[in-house]
Amino acid sequence: MTTRTGTIERKGWTNFQDWLSRKEEIISGYAFLLPTLISVLIFVVFPVFFSFYISFHKYDYLSAERPFVGFDNYVRLFTSEKFWQTLANTARYALAIVPLNLIVALGLALLINRHIPAINVFRTAYFSPVVTSSVAVAMIWSWIFDPGFGLLNHLLRLVGLQPQLWLGSPKWAIWCLVFMATWNGAGYNMMIFLAGLQGISQEYYDAATVDGANSFQRFIHITWPLLSPTTFFVVITGFIGALQVFDQVFVLTKGGPAGSTRTIVYYLWEQGFQYFDMGFASALAYVLFALIFILTQINWRFGSRLVHYQ
Amino acid sequence: MKRVIPLKVRLAQAAKLFLIYIVLCAIAVIMIGPFLWMVSTAVKPLQEVYVYPPKIIPSRLSLENLREVMRIIPIFRYLLNTAYLAVVGTALQLLIASMAAYAFARLNFPGRDTIFFLFLGTMMIPGAVTMIPTFIIMKVFGWMDSYNAIIIPSMASAFGTFLLRQFFLTIPNELEDAARIDGAGRVRFYLTILLPLSIPAMVTLGIFNFLGRWNAFMWPLLILRTKTKFPIQLGLAMFRSEWTQSTHLMMTATTISVIPLLIVFVAAQKYFVQGVVLSGLKG
Repeated sequence: MTTRTGTIERKGWTNFQDWLSRKEEIISGYAFLLPTLISVLIFVVFPVFFSFYISFHKYDYLSAERPFVGFDNYVRLFTSEKFWQTLANTARYALAIVPLNLIVALGLALLINRHIPAINVFRTAYFSPVVTSSVAVAMIWSWIFDPGFGLLNHLLRLVGLQPQLWLGSPKWAIWCLVFMATWNGAGYNMMIFLAGLQGISQEYYDAATVDGANSFQRFIHITWPLLSPTTFFVVITGFIGALQVFDQVFVLTKGGPAGSTRTIVYYLWEQGFQYFDMGFASALAYVLFALIFILTQINWRFGSRLVHYQ
Repeated sequence: MKRVIPLKVRLAQAAKLFLIYIVLCAIAVIMIGPFLWMVSTAVKPLQEVYVYPPKIIPSRLSLENLREVMRIIPIFRYLLNTAYLAVVGTALQLLIASMAAYAFARLNFPGRDTIFFLFLGTMMIPGAVTMIPTFIIMKVFGWMDSYNAIIIPSMASAFGTFLLRQFFLTIPNELEDAARIDGAGRVRFYLTILLPLSIPAMVTLGIFNFLGRWNAFMWPLLILRTKTKFPIQLGLAMFRSEWTQSTHLMMTATTISVIPLLIVFVAAQKYFVQGVVLSGLKG
């Protein structure tokens, strides 16, 4: 950073030149920032407030009448059974996928964190679902989950288990979504964990081995604590992502069967863009915002206390 | 010092390695299997798709499905649309983010750090909160059903700016001082020295951004109406909603949608992985 703390006497001409160059720097600074600033003001800052405003109105963008309704949208939201079901669905989804993803990703990272021949082939293979879009993933897995001709039911029949309706079953549909998203996303966190693992100094392991620790003890006492910043990050971002799941629900289940897969963002889309009840949808968006805000706060406030650094 | 490893230990090590490879391969089947099953369904003759038990390996290659998909939807048009949106969107974001990052990293102006802090704070605002107002703004701008609405509102990126700022901070100040003594202005320095030096960081960020744009679904779903303007993900989802029962066509279309990005990924794997790791560092 260029700080101007010279000991030269600044007088007359020097002073003027200095003032000129400072002014130039200030103008350049704002000029380089301008496109970002304008974009953020129009598409982030203004919408955040506007969304809040809308949530207190009966707002259908097709009609000119947009009366102020106070807390009506929020009252309707919190007294609607659909909302609580949606919240429960989303919570179920998030509470299942975050630990599952964590375990799978960490397991994969531990597995591929070794220097043996062809290991890069496996890394590439495990990461490849990550570059696949959620829409494509939904298409592929819906065929595997197909009750009639799907691979999954075929495998179940082979081992003598009861075939299921999967995406057509109110009991199983949301778990299918959880499984699909884990397959889609585990490779991403695997790479983050792998980077974390490679950042742990070998000396710790050597010292522990000398002290007679077995591989399980080394994991519990070295890897897990030293990996905790990464784990914490994966958990928090995992929750934030899981609260906003939409694509797979839209493509596969439309929130069904029996509303069992209606998630917050899907509900928001339904209310805002199917029924054009944008006031209600904005109230819902603010509830989501509050949930995510709490998670971010946990991340910032407690992140440094809950985790160990090397 | 040469250690002699007893045969028993060596055998145990070989057995362990063998076991590891078994596990690696089993997981690879789970990760890659669904892709192979998709391709298998896409290229097999129709009478082998809906059979029980499932026929894993097709008796012959059939392009019948592909012809049928191309007859129903302009799928290659969708791919081109997606490529256009992803490339233009990424390029614009890189330009704007690098400009802002230059200002944040190397220029002194009042309010800089406050603006930077607030800007980073916008990262925690979920897309769902800004979606409805932005949709209304698009309506007011007359950008419904246009690519402007896809590219422009997402052009600034707090994460990208942050990443590039960190990178720019590592470039020595002397370089800029020298360039200025030689008479280069700030724009000239930014264009001819800073940007070329940042190519690795820009490629990493760019690839990552490209991936997000290629796979984007919800916003295009809200904005685009004209079928020929659809990006591939939207085209795929709409195709499914109209032809739900035709799984063989779904798998063909999905195969076509997945292949380009898998190729890009294998070719530029290093940058993908770097992007992931960098996104993990901000936490």
